[in-house]
Amino acid sequence: MSPKHRTAWERVQIARNPARPKTLDYVARLLQPWVELHGDRAHGDDAALVAGIGSFRGRSVVVLGHQRGGDTKENLARNFGMPRPEAYRKAGRIMEMAGKFALPLVCFIDTPGADPGIHSEERGQAFAIAANLCTLANLPVPVVATVIGEGGSGGALAIGAGDRILMLENSVYSVASPEASAAILWRDSAKAPEAAAAMKITAADLVSFGIADGVIPEPADGAHVEPAAAIDAVGERISAALDELDAQYRTPAGLYDVPRLLEARVEKYRGIGAWREEMPPVAEPVVVEASGD
Amino acid sequence: MKDWFRRHHHPSFQSAGATSREIPEDLWEKCPKCSELLYQRELENNEWVCSRCAYHFRLRAEQRIAQLTDEGSFEEHSAYLLSTDPLNFRSATESYADKLRQSREKTGLSESMLIGTATLAGCPLVLAVTDFRFMGGSMGSVYGEKLVRAVDIALDRRLPVLTVNASGGARQQEGMFSLMQMAKTTTAFARLGRERLPHISLLTDPCTAGVTASYATSADIVIAEPGALIGFAGPRVIEQTTRQKLPPGFQTAEFCLEHGMVDMVTPRRELRPTLGNLLRIFSATGGLSVVS
Ligand SMILES: [Zn+2]
Repeated sequence: MSPKHRTAWERVQIARNPARPKTLDYVARLLQPWVELHGDRAHGDDAALVAGIGSFRGRSVVVLGHQRGGDTKENLARNFGMPRPEAYRKAGRIMEMAGKFALPLVCFIDTPGADPGIHSEERGQAFAIAANLCTLANLPVPVVATVIGEGGSGGALAIGAGDRILMLENSVYSVASPEASAAILWRDSAKAPEAAAAMKITAADLVSFGIADGVIPEPADGAHVEPAAAIDAVGERISAALDELDAQYRTPAGLYDVPRLLEARVEKYRGIGAWREEMPPVAEPVVVEASGD
Repeated sequence: MKDWFRRHHHPSFQSAGATSREIPEDLWEKCPKCSELLYQRELENNEWVCSRCAYHFRLRAEQRIAQLTDEGSFEEHSAYLLSTDPLNFRSATESYADKLRQSREKTGLSESMLIGTATLAGCPLVLAVTDFRFMGGSMGSVYGEKLVRAVDIALDRRLPVLTVNASGGARQQEGMFSLMQMAKTTTAFARLGRERLPHISLLTDPCTAGVTASYATSADIVIAEPGALIGFAGPRVIEQTTRQKLPPGFQTAEFCLEHGMVDMVTPRRELRPTLGNLLRIFSATGGLSVVS
C-alpha cells in the first residue's frame, strides 16, 4: 500500500510496530553526550518514561520521552510505555530544571496511555498529569514535542503540550485508543479499525485541525524499516523548530523572553477548538460563524 | 430563583427545572445509597443530601448555582456557544449531531458547561459549572472555550474563579479537539495564576479522566464533596485491565483526602461558609476586586 493511501488503522499498526525506533533510539543517535536522570525524588523511578540532559547539535537540551520495550521482557520492565504517577512527577521535576537553566525541552511521545492501575490511582495519576500540564503552561523555555509512535490520550499530552507539536507520518494521536473508543462508542472493541478512521487520529488529520504543526515524512515502508533515516529526519525538524523558537524568543543574554513565550503558548492552545456562537434571537435568529478552528 | 435561566437561555434550550415551591408535596425520590424513600421537597430543603445516610445527590448546574450563589446574583455568559461537530462524527449506532440534539432536548441546556459571574456570601467571583446530565459532563470544544472565557472575565475584573466539576472526561465525539481542551484550559488557568488570581475547584460526583487530569486538580484549592467518585481511569476500566476487585471506598473523595490529593472533603451544607472564608482570605492578599 502506498504511504499516501494507508488507512488510519494501518498507521496504528505501523505506529505500534515493536521494531519502530523508540525514545532511547532517538536519544542515542541525536544526543552526544547524553546523561539519563532517574526518579521523582519522592517515591520511585518509572522506566516507562525516560528523562535526561544532553547536547543536541551543539545545543544543550532537556529530554523527556515515553519508552516502550522492544520485546516482552523489556515491555514488562517498562510497563508497555504506560507511565505511573512517579513517571509524571519525575518529568515534572526535570521540566522545572529545564526552566531553571533556560534549556529547551524536547519531548518524544509514544504511549498507549497513562497506567490505569490501582496503585497509580492511589498515588494520584490524574493529579500528576494535571500538575505536568500546569508546569508546561508556565515553563519559561521553548517546548518541542514529537509524536514518534502512538499518542494515547492524557498520558501522552502530559509531556506533549508544547510550543510546537510535530508528528511522524505514521504516528497517531488520539483522545482514547481506537480499541477503547470502539468499546465506548461501538460497544465492541473489535470495531477498532472503524473507530480509528472515525476518530481522525492521523498526522495529516491533526495538521488539518491546527493541532499538530507539521508532519515528518517517514521512509516509504515505515520508520522501523530504516530507523536511522527516520531518526535523522526527526532530528532535522526538531532542530529547525528550536531555531525558529530561538529566533523568536531568545534574548541577547541567551535567556528567553518569558512573557512573550507564555502568551504565545496561551494563544496557541486558545485557538484549538471548533464551535460557533449563536446570538440570542431578536426577531430572526442570527448565526455567526466563529473562528474556533 | 430561576430567572437567570429564562433570561439568558435560548428559548429552545429552556429547562423545566422545578423550584422547591413548584415541587408537589407527594413526589419522592429513592436514595441510591440507603434506599430510603425521601420527599423531594424535603430533599430540596436539605440541599439534596439524604437525611438518613448523608448521600449527596448529583445536582443539575442550575441547582448548584442556586445553592452556592447569592440569590439573583448569577449572570450567565457565553450561553450561545455550540459545537460544530468537527469530525462529522458517526458511530455504528448514532451520530454526534443527533446525540447533541437529544442532549439539548433532554436537559434544556445548550452544553455541559455553564459560566457566569455571581456573588457568594457577598464576594464577587466567576463561576464555571459542569452539568453531568449533558453527555456525562464531557469536555469538548465549547466546554474548553467557555472556561477560557471564564478566565478572561476573571482577569479583566480581577476576580477569583470557582469551578464545580462533574465529568467523565474528554468528549470522544470531538476526538483530539477534546483532548487538547485539557491543555487549553490548564494553560488559561496557569495565566490566571501568574496574575495572582485564585482558582478554587470543587470536585463532585463523578469526576474522572480528562477533567480530573487537567484544570480541575491543578487549582490552588481543591475541595471534594463527600462520597464523590474522583479518579483518572474509571473503576470498570481498572477492573477490566487489572482483573482485580477494587477495595471498598476506592477512588472516593475520602480516599483522595487520605492519599493527600485534595485539600478537604466538605459536606454540601458547609460549602458556602467554607468558600466564603476562602474568598475573604484571598481578597486580603490585595490582588482581588472586592466589589463586582
Ligand atoms: Zn440515603
